[in-house]
Amino acid sequence: MVNVLKFYPKKCKGCLECEKACSNVHFKTFDGKEKSAIRITKTEKGYQMHVCDQRGLCLDMCPVGALTRGKNGAVLLNVKTCIGCQACVGFCPIGAMRKNDIRIEPFKCISCGACVRACPEHALELMEKSLDAIKQVVYHKLGA
Amino acid sequence: MVEGQITITDYQTGNTKHNWDLQKLKKGHKILTKYTYKKGEINRGYANRTLYVNLSTNTIKEKPVTNDMKKKFTGGRGFGLKLLWDEIQPTTRWDSEENELVITTGPLCGNTQYPGSGKSICLSISPSTNIICDCNVGGFFGSYLKFAGFDALEIQGKATKDVVLIVDDEAGEIRIETAPHEETNSHHLNEQLTHLYASEDSEKARQKISVISAGKGAEHSYWGCLNFSFWDIRRKVARMKQAGRGGLGTVFRDKKIKAIVAKVKHFDGISNHPADPKKLADVGIKLHREIRDLDRYQCNMRTVGTGHLVEIMDQYDLLPTENYRFGSFPKASKIYSPKFYEHFTKIIPDGCWHGCTMACSKTVDGFTIKTGPYKGENVTVDGPEYETIGAGSNMSLWDPEWILEFNFYCDTYGIDTISTGTAIAFYMEMYEYGILNKERCNGLELCFGNADAVLEFMHQLAQGNSSEFITIAGKGTRRVKDWLITNGWGDPALINEAGMESKGLEFSEYVTKESLAMQGGYGLTLKGPQHDEAWLIFMDMVNNAIPTFEDKAEALHYFPMWRTWFGLNGLCKLPWNDVEPINNAQTDEPSKVPEHVQNYVDIQNAMTGWNVDKNELILQSERCYNWQRSMNVWLGRGQRKDDWIPYRSMGPVTEMEYISRKERYDKKLHENLGIKKKDLEHKTVREKLELLYIYRREQYEKLTDAVYYRRGWTPNGIPTPQKMKALGFTDKKMLTILQKKIDSDEKAGLNAWGGTYKKGESPPTKTKKYWEHW
Repeated sequence: MVNVLKFYPKKCKGCLECEKACSNVHFKTFDGKEKSAIRITKTEKGYQMHVCDQRGLCLDMCPVGALTRGKNGAVLLNVKTCIGCQACVGFCPIGAMRKNDIRIEPFKCISCGACVRACPEHALELMEKSLDAIKQVVYHKLGA
Repeated sequence: MVEGQITITDYQTGNTKHNWDLQKLKKGHKILTKYTYKKGEINRGYANRTLYVNLSTNTIKEKPVTNDMKKKFTGGRGFGLKLLWDEIQPTTRWDSEENELVITTGPLCGNTQYPGSGKSICLSISPSTNIICDCNVGGFFGSYLKFAGFDALEIQGKATKDVVLIVDDEAGEIRIETAPHEETNSHHLNEQLTHLYASEDSEKARQKISVISAGKGAEHSYWGCLNFSFWDIRRKVARMKQAGRGGLGTVFRDKKIKAIVAKVKHFDGISNHPADPKKLADVGIKLHREIRDLDRYQCNMRTVGTGHLVEIMDQYDLLPTENYRFGSFPKASKIYSPKFYEHFTKIIPDGCWHGCTMACSKTVDGFTIKTGPYKGENVTVDGPEYETIGAGSNMSLWDPEWILEFNFYCDTYGIDTISTGTAIAFYMEMYEYGILNKERCNGLELCFGNADAVLEFMHQLAQGNSSEFITIAGKGTRRVKDWLITNGWGDPALINEAGMESKGLEFSEYVTKESLAMQGGYGLTLKGPQHDEAWLIFMDMVNNAIPTFEDKAEALHYFPMWRTWFGLNGLCKLPWNDVEPINNAQTDEPSKVPEHVQNYVDIQNAMTGWNVDKNELILQSERCYNWQRSMNVWLGRGQRKDDWIPYRSMGPVTEMEYISRKERYDKKLHENLGIKKKDLEHKTVREKLELLYIYRREQYEKLTDAVYYRRGWTPNGIPTPQKMKALGFTDKKMLTILQKKIDSDEKAGLNAWGGTYKKGESPPTKTKKYWEHW
């Protein structure tokens, strides 16, 4: 099983407490924004969430095995093993593996739930999904 | 295995597992000398020190890298040239005591953010050519050497017994140890040494070791290659990349080096301490995204590696078959990339250095060997790359599994697939004509397509078979030509023109008959006929984008300089133009891939903190290119006669070749020589062959004139002191050597253009000693 973030846009009021909580997890700062793995943006259609969906395409990109699935099924990056090649950043199809100038190693959502707990509007939830239902691999079959 | 997301510990290859007696191996090692060093800080891509080892005297010392050295030689191959210049003599030959094997890195080597940044550049005096040969090779060694504190490693002298040289970053030591019990052949040796020197029994620890090795084939031939290992944590295999050309593995074994091991303590994404890590990451991510989005529609490198070229080359009549007699073959579809794709392991990061998402290093895992000493063993075969498949087609061998076996044995025996394949293809053609036969070939029926005979030949070679044929054949095409001619076994002209070597080095696997510019790309080179200086066939032949001699000369100036640049920096050429931005065709100069050139400007600046532009990159290369040519002059070569290429690379040598492409050649005779179609009908094939021969030889001479002039050389191909000074060289010794050579050429009448210019045609300049007016 794997925990994946679910977003209820109608409940969101754009306070960005989730981003602040997230940046605290990753960089020990409440700056949010570029230091947060979850990003909330306001569009014409309302609020949108941009975050890793834990499909794990990046797992097969890492040359040093720094990316693995944690106990909660989420894809985790071991910063000590990572050699900062950015292959996962470049290949993520939705741009959810992020890079901040603070350090060479990227960062991403680890389904820790800090944002869920920080949201005063209960607009976020960690959903349990079957791994087989979501996992994908980077694989381009040759020819037809 | 096609299932992705398999955890590293669970990944299986199906290879034969070995239980090496590491204790026994270790006990056999005796430390001959040990040198302790204190690692300095790597700053902006430079370790600022090089390592010198002498195996005759067991001396180890460090040499400083000066700012002047960086300014003149940049790094990588440039540093290699500088180190060789300081240590060898004009009389040095490949097996001389003072000959060196130099392994260099370059300021961008070890960078993890930009694909293709882990290359080592190896230099030595080559047994095939007796001039400097440089090879650009992947694997982890170069990066680890730098992270251990050295921009380059030079090895002089010869050991008396087999030794292993260890650059141990963890212990801060360089050691020379005897290594009596390890295997010599690479696939076992690399695995043994990786296990032996790893700090602990883990994949992570093994990934911090890189081994350079050769093999038994390297000992007994001039085709020796160097295998650079990179431990694959998923496959749990010491995979390897080859410094293939010119017999550097032969030099390695002649020095009695069994292996060189680099062990790195720790490294991360900024171990090079770049001036601007943010910029490096930004440019890298941009390229990763391009590869992600476009590779599958362009070269398909991530899927099949360079093997995607086979079908393209076959379709354009450029795939060498039967010793370059033809450029395509009805059976060729049997070795198109989809056939290898069936065997390749999928969904693994296949870069030969971390962060290379071009990932062209494909493997076949669990491959069962069918012949020779490793028969029945299940192994990982690294490759095959295009050139290896091309070597197969050149010998008229069309079975993918056979090519895999050939690939495996070439690698583990430490011999170059290109030289081996090209040379054997020549022997096969000679066999077909009866110039060679079973008796002369030590009982081998070395005819085109004889798969068993080729492998048997390789096994005999690796075993050190002392028969006349195996001994001479292993020295390559040039020596076999001499042998055949001396014995009077065939027409010397046929032998010389059909044997595909120049300067003593075998051609790589492209047919160049219809592209004059590419003939120059093979002939007007520093080390010999290798396509790493220029690949102009499409530009010239298909797109007709460089029609005049002047255009071709400009291309044969720019591209060799540009491609040299990768070797100065520890980079791979592939990410430059084997993936192109989506709008590349709309740029001013699509063949140069301007956006990617700017990437390289950006990453060199970001690493070094310099502020260079694209013209400065070319200038960096021009310095080294001219220096290498000048060193070849110093070694008694590097002039027009050395840039000769066999006619097989220019046109049809035999009547059969002419007839097979009759329409094309008749058309050329009509268009280029103005012979009326009616008159052509009355000429014999032999007559037409001769007309084409004279015309194409002449074209090549004219091209040579134009190229030498563009490069700032004399008509005999000598870099002029004026040019060298303009490039910033003030070394009196070198300038005097060049001036003396030019003066003696003047007396010998060699400072004259090689082409014959008729009315309406003119050489690049009519001014005598034009270089004196610069």
